[in-house]
Amino acid sequence: MKKLLKSTLAMLSVLVALTSCNNSTTSDSKSGALAGNVAEKVYVAPGEHDEFYAFISGGFSGQLSVYGLPSGRLFKVIPVFSQDAEKAYGYNEETKPMLNTSHGFVPWDDSHHPDISQTAGEIDGRWVFINGNNTPRIAKIDLSTFETTEIIEIPNSAGNHSSSFVTENTEYVVAGTRFSVPIPQRDMPIKDYKGNFKGSLTFISVEPEHGHMDIKFQLIMPGFDYDLSHPGRGKSHGWFFFTTYNTEEASTLMEVNASQNDKDFIAAVNWKKIEEYVNNGGGTMMAANYAHNVYDESTHSATSTMKKEVLTVNPLDVPGAVYFLPTPKSPHGCDVDPTGEYIVGNGKLSANLTVHSFTKMLDAIENEKFAGDAYGIPILNFEDVLAGSVEQPGLGPLHTEFDGKGNAYTTFFISSEVVKWKLGTWEVVDRQPCYYSVGHLMIPGGNSRKPFGKYVVAMNKITKDRYLPTGPEVTQSAQLYDISGEKMQLLLDFPTVGEPHYAAGAPADLIKPRSKKLFNLEDNKHPYAAKSEAETKVVRDGKTVHVYMTTIRSHFSPDNIEGIKVGDKVYFHITNLEQDYDVPHGVSMIGANTSELLIMPGQTETFVWEPKQEGVWPFYCTDFCSALHQEMQGYVRVSAANANTPLRWSLGEDIE
Amino acid sequence: MKSTLKFVTLVITLLALSCGGGEEKKDEKTKVQLKRQPTTKKVESKSTDTKPSETIDLTNKGVGPITSIDISASVDQAMATKGKDVFNKMCTACHRIGKKFIGPAPNGILKRRTPEWVMNMILDPEGMTQKDPLAKALLMEFNGSPMANQNLTEEEARAVLEYFRTLN
Repeated sequence: MKKLLKSTLAMLSVLVALTSCNNSTTSDSKSGALAGNVAEKVYVAPGEHDEFYAFISGGFSGQLSVYGLPSGRLFKVIPVFSQDAEKAYGYNEETKPMLNTSHGFVPWDDSHHPDISQTAGEIDGRWVFINGNNTPRIAKIDLSTFETTEIIEIPNSAGNHSSSFVTENTEYVVAGTRFSVPIPQRDMPIKDYKGNFKGSLTFISVEPEHGHMDIKFQLIMPGFDYDLSHPGRGKSHGWFFFTTYNTEEASTLMEVNASQNDKDFIAAVNWKKIEEYVNNGGGTMMAANYAHNVYDESTHSATSTMKKEVLTVNPLDVPGAVYFLPTPKSPHGCDVDPTGEYIVGNGKLSANLTVHSFTKMLDAIENEKFAGDAYGIPILNFEDVLAGSVEQPGLGPLHTEFDGKGNAYTTFFISSEVVKWKLGTWEVVDRQPCYYSVGHLMIPGGNSRKPFGKYVVAMNKITKDRYLPTGPEVTQSAQLYDISGEKMQLLLDFPTVGEPHYAAGAPADLIKPRSKKLFNLEDNKHPYAAKSEAETKVVRDGKTVHVYMTTIRSHFSPDNIEGIKVGDKVYFHITNLEQDYDVPHGVSMIGANTSELLIMPGQTETFVWEPKQEGVWPFYCTDFCSALHQEMQGYVRVSAANANTPLRWSLGEDIE
Repeated sequence: MKSTLKFVTLVITLLALSCGGGEEKKDEKTKVQLKRQPTTKKVESKSTDTKPSETIDLTNKGVGPITSIDISASVDQAMATKGKDVFNKMCTACHRIGKKFIGPAPNGILKRRTPEWVMNMILDPEGMTQKDPLAKALLMEFNGSPMANQNLTEEEARAVLEYFRTLN
């Protein structure tokens, strides 16, 4: 708190100093963070709310973090693919099934590309989808609870990177493989990759009301690397675009061997056509094994179901469904402008930025102007589909976002900058340096028909000297630019969790009103819930003991338990009886080989304890809950395995 | 909120320490006993030795959403039954019939409090313990244990009040 005061004072004095400086100088060469009004632009006064939410991927942390813009303040890290002891995610009995896969329990992943659900081409703030890159999975986060409520594993995929982007009515969330593999998986020589490995593009349907995910079909494509993707929108709604590299189909020394071709492809997929084909009985059902994990808010528990088949589609069986657009030099980002006309291929080894025209593409298809084919899939002529090129805008283009005012913003990794350019005229308008080596960038709503073109967040790969050093590993970092004017203005650096890949942003007003405050106790359908102290009990079933316990400020019920024995497996099912906002209770037991629980009002959570020694062992509330939080504690008496101590439990028997 | 709580606890702890004079150890080896201090005196300067929980105040309506309610002459049994159900679900973690538990027993509450005061205490305990002197004194009498806001609707709180009318 004092620090806050100090930094506020410091900020104010800087403000004053800068303001007075500006008065005494006529130089307008000052830019970026030196301009006097910059601090004001990112200052959100204590108690005030930010204008935007930003959901920034946690990269190799496997999580998704929630920031406010323009302040850059971190509100929450939502556990998605990695265990999180703070919230007991993946530790408590209820959420362990969320991390189940065909490879067993996988407590980590590499989370990359969050995307917010859309209705009629505009973000609707209901869900965020994000991909697990390593053990291919797509997760759905419910923005009423800011919790991960569904994870579906993607079979026949490896390096789930061109994911998880949604179509304009969230009909589908799409997951493309980066690494091609044998489909189905089998034991074969690696050198026989070419022509034998395949790349899968998976279309996962999203049920409109609850968002439940189900794999509708998998398109089995040639064995390229499918790097990134984005949906068509407006006029190009119904199509999906994927960048590819390694059209050489190399399997070793990729940095050389996958960079040989002058052009790779953007794959244009008419998913509406394939959907129709599939709805009419098309496609081949293939044996598979993948996990579908669903968290149920009423039972506060997740279940994991192994699915055993997946519908595959050979693109050659659906004429007119897939075309290749030649695009220079290993394109990375594949970005579609708000009108749906322009498809930007960010050829990462190319000097120029390539922009394709959707209208020209349709025209070329109609007139069958093909340059050839790849494994039977028609290749269009580069010149026939080219809308224009941004000439030599920078080095190493990666990603492009749009402001909805006719401008595009592209990141350049090698020259470490964001470049603003005009759609249609392809002229460069402005450029601002990034510190350092920028990857993705994000404009709230930037992947939709209606971007909110006020800020862009650049997410950097290297930080070096920007922050106080913290040993060899330094913080990851993002930078905020004001893009409301003709020139961009750097406003703020802020640290991020893990490596930030992509991000998604939305106006706070879209999400804030739907944010839940608590869970209704009445609606709690957890099989081991104790919804009042009258329902608390301890039940022994052989060596398994179930403790039905409740919490409320500031006691556990029961808080004394006897008759537990060494070798028992004790399940503590704890229901938080509170029905008030921001009154979670925590709990942990000495020696429990798991994390604490953090139980929201009205929720039930479970941890397991296997006592190994006789004695009287305490447990306590781990989240400061009230003035009597320190008194919120209890004891469990553990007797020898062969003891006859009767099972008893109580609360406050000595109270008058 | 949490740091405020910590701060409040700290203050309370300091207060407790500063007024902990007159210690007197009894002979029993296993017990440490402090002489009870009449804490009620400090917070409730008007009353003499009456505990806040036993104080009778039939004019104070408290602070909160309820400014006036009509009570019928006879008990509405259907409403009282519903109130008992709500009470058992939402209140028994701290309030037991016929005995002091974490908080006081609700028996005979309407002989000591106005119906409005009771409903305001149920509907806005935070506001009451901040603004109503009697509620504030009760908080101290009950060891600083805050009454939880269980988010009852006005209708549910009214039903609980009706149930209280059936308790002697």
